[in-house]
Amino acid sequence: MKRPKKDTEESVRVISRRAAMIGGAQLLFAGALVLRMRHLQVAESDQYRLLAEENRVNIRLLPPARGLIQDRNGVILAGNAQNYRVVLIREEALDPRATLERIAQLIPLTEEEIERAMRDISRHRPFVPVTIADRLSWEEVARVAANAPALPGVTPEVGLTRHYPFGEEFAHSVGYVGPVSENDLAALDNPEPVLMIPRFQIGKVGVERELEDSLRGSAGHRRVEVNALGREMRELDRQEGDAGLNVQLTLDRNLQAFTLARLEGESAAVAVMEIPTGNVLALVSAPSFDPNLFVRGISVPDFNALRENDYRPMSNKAVQGAYPPGSTYKMVTALAAFEAGLASPDERVFCPGHMDVAGRRFHCWRRGGHGRMSLIPALSESCDVYFYELAQRVGIDRMYAMAEKLGMGQRFEIPVSAMSTGLNPSREWKRARRGAEWLVGDTVNASIGQGFVLSTPLQLAVMTARLASNREIVPRLLHAIDGVEVPTPEAPPLGLQGTALNLIQRGMSECTNHQRGTAYSSRVVQTDLRMAGKTGTSQVFSITAAERAAGVRRQDQLPWNRRNHALFVCFAPETAPRYAVAVVVEHGGGGSSAAAPIGRDVVLAAQTGGLPPLEAYPQPQRNRIEAMLRELAAKVGPLTGPATTSSRA
Amino acid sequence: MSYLEYNVKITPTGLRKVLHLNWPLVLLLVAVACVGFLMLYSVAGGDLSRWAEPQMKRFAGGLALMFAIAFVPLWFWRSMAGLAYAVSILLLLGVEFFGSLGMGAKRWLELGPIRLQPSEMAKITVILAMAAYYDWLDIRRTSHPFWVLVAVMIVLIPVGLVLRQPDLGTALLILGGGGLVIFFAGVSLWYFGVLVAAAGGLVSAVVASRGTEWQLLKDYQYRRIDSFLDPTLDPLGAGYHINQAMIALGSGGWSGRGFMQGTQSRLNFLPEKHTDFIFTTLAEEFGFVGAISLLVLYLAILVTCVVAALQSQNRFASLLILGVAGNFFLYFAVNMAMVMGLAPVVGVPLPLVSFGGSAMLMILIGFGLVQSACIHRPKERG
Repeated sequence: MKRPKKDTEESVRVISRRAAMIGGAQLLFAGALVLRMRHLQVAESDQYRLLAEENRVNIRLLPPARGLIQDRNGVILAGNAQNYRVVLIREEALDPRATLERIAQLIPLTEEEIERAMRDISRHRPFVPVTIADRLSWEEVARVAANAPALPGVTPEVGLTRHYPFGEEFAHSVGYVGPVSENDLAALDNPEPVLMIPRFQIGKVGVERELEDSLRGSAGHRRVEVNALGREMRELDRQEGDAGLNVQLTLDRNLQAFTLARLEGESAAVAVMEIPTGNVLALVSAPSFDPNLFVRGISVPDFNALRENDYRPMSNKAVQGAYPPGSTYKMVTALAAFEAGLASPDERVFCPGHMDVAGRRFHCWRRGGHGRMSLIPALSESCDVYFYELAQRVGIDRMYAMAEKLGMGQRFEIPVSAMSTGLNPSREWKRARRGAEWLVGDTVNASIGQGFVLSTPLQLAVMTARLASNREIVPRLLHAIDGVEVPTPEAPPLGLQGTALNLIQRGMSECTNHQRGTAYSSRVVQTDLRMAGKTGTSQVFSITAAERAAGVRRQDQLPWNRRNHALFVCFAPETAPRYAVAVVVEHGGGGSSAAAPIGRDVVLAAQTGGLPPLEAYPQPQRNRIEAMLRELAAKVGPLTGPATTSSRA
Repeated sequence: MSYLEYNVKITPTGLRKVLHLNWPLVLLLVAVACVGFLMLYSVAGGDLSRWAEPQMKRFAGGLALMFAIAFVPLWFWRSMAGLAYAVSILLLLGVEFFGSLGMGAKRWLELGPIRLQPSEMAKITVILAMAAYYDWLDIRRTSHPFWVLVAVMIVLIPVGLVLRQPDLGTALLILGGGGLVIFFAGVSLWYFGVLVAAAGGLVSAVVASRGTEWQLLKDYQYRRIDSFLDPTLDPLGAGYHINQAMIALGSGGWSGRGFMQGTQSRLNFLPEKHTDFIFTTLAEEFGFVGAISLLVLYLAILVTCVVAALQSQNRFASLLILGVAGNFFLYFAVNMAMVMGLAPVVGVPLPLVSFGGSAMLMILIGFGLVQSACIHRPKERG
């Protein structure tokens, strides 16, 4: 077949025309590609360069070392212990299970732990180090390291973990740290990135929590180049973080330890303050617990045991517990009346064992009555009727004002968790909260620290310190941050009449030192250590008619949780007060029998800076006390810090 | 048309054929391949043996094959067109029934030790068949509906078979190559107008059918379209590739980050960095200048081919050259548009640069045919 020439020419013409059309379209397309390339590579290049950098560079945080917490003498209460652990990298280990089983022959590793490690290993990318054993001893780590050639992919590492060398002694006041929880993060508007570090720990309770910002420090960082899988290729630069600041508290480790040991077996709280600085030397709540358990991650049975304990070990009763102050409140009533000039020291009130007010009969704790009572014996023997009489004269408004002056119903600026305000009741309070008018019976109840009145042990210590000094002393717990002392402001005068206050102080002195005083059996006989105090017994439940019918007469016949709270406040030395102590023994029975002996031992320990001297106790008690002190010394262990400070009286 | 129809005297014989090779085209192909070697060396992190060396060997083999094809007279290839087409259809059917699976698609046919990808082969055989068809067809019947329908069927049969594998990228290239030859042959523009309208309808149908029982594309193909339309929608999923590719391109800037300094490819953020996405590494390391240079090389190849086609007075030769060149254009245009975020991600390699044997071999075979047409330039009588 031969193609005509005309057809060939036509074919060439058509093909040329069509080729020109397609060629034009192709050039247009190529032009579009060039424009797009110019847009990406020239116009928006900076933005893409940035994105490439973000891809490439990862910032890894370096957790900072947490600041130490020290006692007033520099003894470390919360420190950082080296924590040895063993990590495994899957891609280097070849056969992780065989490796784990080999490790199990070197260090204790349960079947369960191996399973958990295997799960962790399979969950992470092959180059991510997985912790297989934590908190190892140096010997254990050394054993693993020595066998390194047989354990490919296994490396010992060292990190820091919080450690509380004195365990339960400071569980409430210093508190503890724990891993950052979802709740912690939710509470923060803009959480610091350091909180996102896996297993990073922050303060949960106590000083650890309240001073978190100072203690935490700031994280350092490493900039590393990573590939698309996140594997680190190399470190670009590294900046170490700033360690947290060291915090020094006013607490005294020896006194704290002695006090906690002294409270053993009780559900009780003690606050010890220094006069006139307000330094809190001991803040003890018993029973306590080991905060190290929480750092490690407490087991469910351990946690339930703490939570279900009737003695509430996790509650910091010294600041969180609000108790009816009982007779320890009588100083407030008396002072309100004498300040207002509504009573005179020589005036006597007859106590027949009860008083009828507004159609109701109010009993004195001594059913038989005290007879004719003036202020000082009324305080020393704790006659209730005397104070019923004063209360009716002075009225709740003046009592409220005096209680406030002495620190009741107040929250103090110290770094502790869950501080209670207690309750200093007033007419307004009752109207607002109870929707009822204040009754004279309420005033009578309040006069002996019953009814609505609630105080914390710390508030009672503040009250005692103020009564002893006539100064507006406030508690001080934080002594120094990063070596810089927090200034101690001089406590301003409280402005009470000297004569009235003197009477109260004498009443307190007779309570402990006069043989009719309720705390006479807890007296101190060594003159320079003598104390003045006041007992209190606050009713939680009345003995019911049914119980009375069943023959229950005495507190110790009642079940524990229905018995009265036992309280005692005191200051010493009597002549130049340096220490104020408040003791509350929950359901302890009576203030003079359960709380006052504790108060005496604690205030003696505070004054000597060590164990109480045997000579301070009355001769007949010494045998018993000596045995007790020996036992306590064994529990407290070696005394810490510089040999008893010269600043002590 | 047979051997006798050509004026044999002006056709070179023996070694003199070498002189009549289109040498500029050969040089351009080698230059592009060298860019490929350089980039493969770079994405392997300076490792020659990983990708660059096998690629060089394949290119050398392919080049030898190209010369062999070039020296065979063009009319032989013309007479083989029907057979080659038939064989490739059979092989595609073979894939359908005996093919081996790879990455979710049946693309390979294993014949003893040889692994064949018949869809790659179809790209060339369809062009060859179409050129031969229009050379055979009376030029006055070009736009006759029946003969247009025949041409369309010749193209659509392999396209349909490749789509079933499924391999959207290759199917598009076959369709494009065949369609271009139909266009060059001079089929009335009305058909193409209707086609554009029909394509619009098809796109609507594809979109509308999504999620129904008879949906026309696979889910992953829909996702590719989604991620093309908005790559930031799912930066770690379907849109990841295109996002990372654009970051690599953009971060190259005017002059690039330097040879072997591209962090996107070196740190493996780029997907398929040695195959379909290799252009992004080039653009990252050599910047706008480097990317434009490669584009200019490609366009030069295209221009060389078009000039050769227009110089030829032979219908078969012209259509064949234009078809091969048009197919080549589709390769790099679709690939570049894809990595720049102008087209959805379909598996189309960057010709002669991406790592891979089949595609390169087919491209070089195609250019072998072009060279054959350049050497055996018949002057039609009468």
